[in-house]
Amino acid sequence: MDTKQDVVKREAPGAEVAALIPPVDVIEDEAGITVTVDLPGVVKENLTIRVDGDKLTIEAPISLGASHDMEPVYAEIRAAQYKRSFTLSRELDTAKIDAALKEGVLNLYVPKAEQAKPHRIEVKVG
Amino acid sequence: MYPSLLRFPSELLGDVDELQRQVEQLFGPRGWPSSIRAVGRGAFPAINMGTTAESVDIYAFAPGIDPKKLEVSVDKGLLTIAGERQNNVPQESNQLSVYARERFAGSFKRVVNLPEGADPVRVDAVYRNGVLHIAIPKQESSKLRRIEVKEVN
Repeated sequence: MDTKQDVVKREAPGAEVAALIPPVDVIEDEAGITVTVDLPGVVKENLTIRVDGDKLTIEAPISLGASHDMEPVYAEIRAAQYKRSFTLSRELDTAKIDAALKEGVLNLYVPKAEQAKPHRIEVKVG
Repeated sequence: MYPSLLRFPSELLGDVDELQRQVEQLFGPRGWPSSIRAVGRGAFPAINMGTTAESVDIYAFAPGIDPKKLEVSVDKGLLTIAGERQNNVPQESNQLSVYARERFAGSFKRVVNLPEGADPVRVDAVYRNGVLHIAIPKQESSKLRRIEVKEVN
């Protein structure tokens, strides 16, 4: 339980927990797509990366380990969790997604399926 | 009534409240007040501050930074957090496309106004999971004390 969950409750009692949209870098090269996501305050155990059809969803609660009796003075992070979704395309191999979380930065690598990788097409001389 | 008065009952933070109320009036009520030094949107790193009976706690959301390169200092009731985050996005080329470049890159500096009663001599800073947690204990004189009411017959 951290202070920010309290914040959310105070802001909108009974409403769904608000989620922050984390900033990302998305880079594509010949082998696949690299997604880098800023997720400060997230521990590996709580991070959820889900692929449903062609939709990739990253979800993670923020855990600060703050004590219960903390009185907020001010807050720029006003949600208790992060959430962001992407639509993938068919040539990506979702079974081989590689994910690493370090110092609050998530690195996701989605490789392209073998047949989708660029290859030279030889032109035969007739 | 001012909602912030209800939200921050601590007398210790009276001055901070006043400042925040002024900011709120300037920029319209947004449910939550922000610091005068963070009026611009999207400042990096984002900062949350709270107090307990024992300490003032600041959380700076600064992922992907070498903690050795973080500079934290306290001067005249102002806490400064400075550092640099390197840009890891490569240049675009024939083989490489960059579709999004939203993450902050470059050097940063944030200044936070500490509530009265924070003891700047004993500052504790820990970097974990991309969050810099700075704990500043309160001075003995500003801690909440229970005053016993005596019965006189």
